[in-house]
Formats: sequence, structure tokens, C-alpha cells
Amino acid sequence: MRGLLYRSEALIHSMQLSYCYPGGTALHFPDIDVLQGRVVLLTGPSGCGKSTWLALVAGLVQPVAGTLSVAGQALGHLSGTAADAWRARTIGFLPQKLHLSAALTVAQNLSMAQWAAGQDQDDARIRDALDALGVAELAHRKPAQLSGGQAQRVALARAVLLSPKVILADEPTASLDDEAATAAVELLLQTARQQGATLVIATHDGRVASALGRAGNGAPGFTALKLSRPATGAAP
Amino acid sequence: MNTMALSWRYLWSRPLGAALNVVLLSLGLASITFLLLLSFQLEKAFDKDLAGIDAVVGAKGSPMQLILSGVFHIDVPPGNVPLKAVQALRSNPMVAAVIPLSLGDSFQGFRIVGSSHDYVTHYGATFAQGALWRAPMEVVLGATVAKKLNLHIGDSFEGSHGLGAGGHVHEDDPYRVVGILQATGTVMDRLIVTDTASSWKVHETRHAEHDDDDHAAEESAREVTLALVQYKTPLAAMSFPRWVNANTVMQAASPAFEITKLLSMLGIGTEVLRAFAGVLLLTAGLSVFIALLNAVRERRADLALLRMLGAPPAKIAALLLGEALWLGLMSSAIGLVGGQALTLLIAWMLQLDNSLLIGGWAWPPELLWVPALACVVSLAAAVVPTVGAYRVSVLELLQGK
Repeated sequence: MRGLLYRSEALIHSMQLSYCYPGGTALHFPDIDVLQGRVVLLTGPSGCGKSTWLALVAGLVQPVAGTLSVAGQALGHLSGTAADAWRARTIGFLPQKLHLSAALTVAQNLSMAQWAAGQDQDDARIRDALDALGVAELAHRKPAQLSGGQAQRVALARAVLLSPKVILADEPTASLDDEAATAAVELLLQTARQQGATLVIATHDGRVASALGRAGNGAPGFTALKLSRPATGAAP
Repeated sequence: MNTMALSWRYLWSRPLGAALNVVLLSLGLASITFLLLLSFQLEKAFDKDLAGIDAVVGAKGSPMQLILSGVFHIDVPPGNVPLKAVQALRSNPMVAAVIPLSLGDSFQGFRIVGSSHDYVTHYGATFAQGALWRAPMEVVLGATVAKKLNLHIGDSFEGSHGLGAGGHVHEDDPYRVVGILQATGTVMDRLIVTDTASSWKVHETRHAEHDDDDHAAEESAREVTLALVQYKTPLAAMSFPRWVNANTVMQAASPAFEITKLLSMLGIGTEVLRAFAGVLLLTAGLSVFIALLNAVRERRADLALLRMLGAPPAKIAALLLGEALWLGLMSSAIGLVGGQALTLLIAWMLQLDNSLLIGGWAWPPELLWVPALACVVSLAAAVVPTVGAYRVSVLELLQGK
């Protein structure tokens, strides 16, 4: 019983996890056990497999070895539309380039998340999500009419619209100045706390770690997951 | 937002490209609509004029000419035949009815047809004013004739010799209008109908005094141009023409057969137009293909993000097909209306010409081909782009490519 309870509390749990691209070198990932509501800082040089780890956690690719469970779901054999439906319910994603659709208004961009998840459009929920991030008054603007900070808030509102258990943020501070980078990290932390979601920040930006440290008042407020580049030609 | 609403927005996020594709598709579809309507209207017009006429008997010559002149009144007749020979047809057991027609005179471009009362009743014409003639030189006008020439009951006019304008005018023998028909949508609308005896009266040399011998000679020399024949039994179609051709100085032509021949000759022309419309559609299809392919390329990251948000690949593909379907539906609507407008224009021009009557605005079931074709072309153009959308990789999005 205790083991089961432990497993269900661990929001992201991996053991001996590895992935291999067709014809490429195998990537091995450190074991991790993250409780709900915690923050994970995913760091490492480019080519170390940060994207791959995110893809594994999002259920986009399946591990070739080891086990991975996210929010109580073992991801080894979840595939196809089942994985898509699970991802819509469980994962909120903040991409580096935000990718707000230029053809749609802010509110319509949010409704895309509902469309993608196969849910009916829920305007009240969209309004609440924009309101929580302080951008409700921008609902009818096009992305081209937003400032960088506004656009990031809108993209974050889209990520948390369906109350995900995990928020994946990919390089959220890239191309931001120091002040804005700190503000972005604080906004992410605050939003994740409100949602009770586990936050994963993938970055190679050193400022994120110090911003997280400051937010935790010196206590280690996050779980560090440091990846290293695989040795070329290594056996899987 | 549902998938179709979303594809609509994506489609019009590139308004110029979308408009160009709609225009190209619409042009091709309008040509096809026009062709379908034209052949439908022509066949309908032919069918109406041909209704109940099993054979046309007249002077030997071109059977096509006999049909065109005798039924549709758009060619000159091949010659005249003796009245007696036509009357003899009535005694043939295969024949149910014979309507003699005398052609040769006209008034301001409208043909004056000498016939019996049966000719008017055959086309089911009803009178707007007046009634059938009771004596030679009294005429009944078709609806178009009365309207175009602004003639009324009691008006009189002199016919001229020949079927075109500018022939010798029969000055001494004016016709008098006693009836005006309601529009029937048949050839009757553009004819001036009178008694067969009128044309004899106009053309026979006027002797100061008639004696009985002259009269008898005239009687036996009297001619009509042709006769419309109705069979008692469909089997007559096999033997009656052969009998006429072998045993009389006349020939019998089957309108159904000649019209089929005529339409197949026109067919070469419509074939060319059809090929032209096909090329237009093909061009439009290619343009849609390129537009959608570019759309997928431009929006690769957007589509990948939708996958990341949980949309299954089939849903992403449906988004692309939705765009193609919108293009097809919009172009069908515009193409159908455009084709109808073009047909109305042609009908109006032909009406000015007093030739074949083509009514506008008709929705034959064949027109269902137009939206079907539009959807096939636009969806076929979308196949490759859709496969591209289906295969969008989310990893590329994560790797920032």
C-alpha cells in the first residue's frame, strides 16, 4: 500500500529511462521522482536530449527502455489518440516561440486548446484564464497587437486553460532581459502554484536557476535534472 | 470553435490567395454549369417542339433540312409536294393524323405557316385574344410575334415572298389578325399561322374569270410544303418511312433520329467547350494544391502546437480538408449562379434573334454534378498537403526548428 501511495504522489517518476532516435545514439536520462506541485529545472547543453525528455513526458514518443509515469499514467504503452487525449488533459505547454496563431484573436487562440482537446468552446473559462493572468482586456486583439510580455501571458493562459497537472515551459526566458526574465519565472511559479501543477522549465539560461533560488528564499525550491551530451558512438 | 469555423478563419487569413482560388474554381464551374444548362435547355426545347410528331413527310432531299424547316422553322424547306399525295397519307392504316404545312412567306422575319386548325391545337396553344381563323387570309399570331410586331386583333398586313426579309410583297392580299395565342414555350410562339388555302390564294395566278377547267387544273396542281404525321402504333416507325420512300414522290424523316444526329454534331462543339472547362478546373485544382501546400509549410509550427495541445493527427488533417471544402462550396455557389447568368444572357440574345428559344433559370438535377465536381477537385488538390499536415512532427517544435 505504501508503495502505491508513494507512486501516486510522485507526479513524474522515471527509472532507467532511455530513448533512441532511428539510426542515432541512445539517450539515457537520470532517474527522477517529483512530487505534485514541485518545480523541475531541466538543464543541459544543446543536443543533450532536453527536447526528447519533454517529448517523453508529454507522451509524444515512447521510451525504448525503462519506465516513465506522469500523473499516475504509465507512458510506456500509451500511444496514438489515447496519448493525444491524455496529453490534452494532463500537459500544459508553453513553447519558446509562443506560437500564437496570427489568424485568430487572443480568445480564439485559447479556444484552440479546447478544440484540440475535443471539448466544447467554454467562453467563461477562457475569460477566467485570461483574467487570472491579467490580460482579460486583450481578448479581442490579434497576437500582432500584443507586446512580448502580453503575448507570453496569453500563451501561458492557453497552457493552463484546461487545468493541467504538469506545465512544460520550453526556454521561457530566451531573448528576455534580466528584469523580464525574472518576472517571467515568477509568473510561471505563481501560475503553477495557483493551479497546483508541477512545473517543468527546460532551459540553458543560468538566470532561471538563480531566479528560482531567490523565489525559494534560499531553500532548494526545485528539483534539478541536469542532462549531459551522450558520448558519440556509445553502445545503447 | 468547431473544425469548419476554424478552417474558415485559416482560409481567410490569406485573403488574396483564397480569393484567387475561389475565382479560378468558379470560372471552371461556371463553364460547366453553362454547358449543362445549354444542353438541358436545348433538349427541352427540341422535346417540346417535337412532342407528338412521329414523322415529317416532304420533298425528297436532306431529311435534316426537312425536320429543321418543318418542325423548328429554322431552315428553308427542300421543296413542295402535291397536295394529293399528302392527302393520300390519311388513308394509310399506320397513320393516325396528318397536319399539312405550307411554308414560303413571311412577315418582318416571322414565318407565315399555312395549315389546318389541328396545327394550333397540336401544341396545346390557348388564345390570349380572339379565336381560330374561319376563312383564308385570316391569321393567328404566336405570342412572341404579337409582342415584337405590336399587332392587335383586326390589324392587317401584307406578307412577303420568301422566308427572309426583303422578298416581293404580296400587295393585293393583306392578312387580317383574328387571334393571338398565349405563350407556349414552343415554336408556335414565333409563327404566324393561317389556313392552307391562304397561300394558294396569294400565289395562284389571278385570272379575270375562273372557269371550271381552270379550277380543276389548279386543284390538281395544288401543293403543300410538308406534312407532320402521327402514327397509330410505334411499330409504324419501322415500316412507314420505308413505305413512303419507296411508293411516293416524297420522303419521310424521323425527327427523333435527325435531332439525335444534330445533337451529336453539336457535340463536337460542346466537347471542345467541355475540354476548355476541364483545363480551367485543372488549373484551379493546381492553384488550390499549391496554396494549401504553402499553408501547411507556413503553419507547420502552429499545427505542431495543436498536436502538442492534444489534437490527434486526424483532426489536424480535417482542418486542411475543411479549407479545401470551403473553397469547393463557395466556388460551387458562385459557379452555379455565374453559369445561370451566362445562360440567361445567351437566352436573351437568342430571343432577340427570334431563333431557338432557351428559357433561363432552370435547375435540372444534372447540376448536382457541379458541387460534386467542385468537392472532388478541391479535395483531390488537398490530399498531399493534408498528408503533410497529418505527419507534422511535434519534436520539431520542441527542438525549435
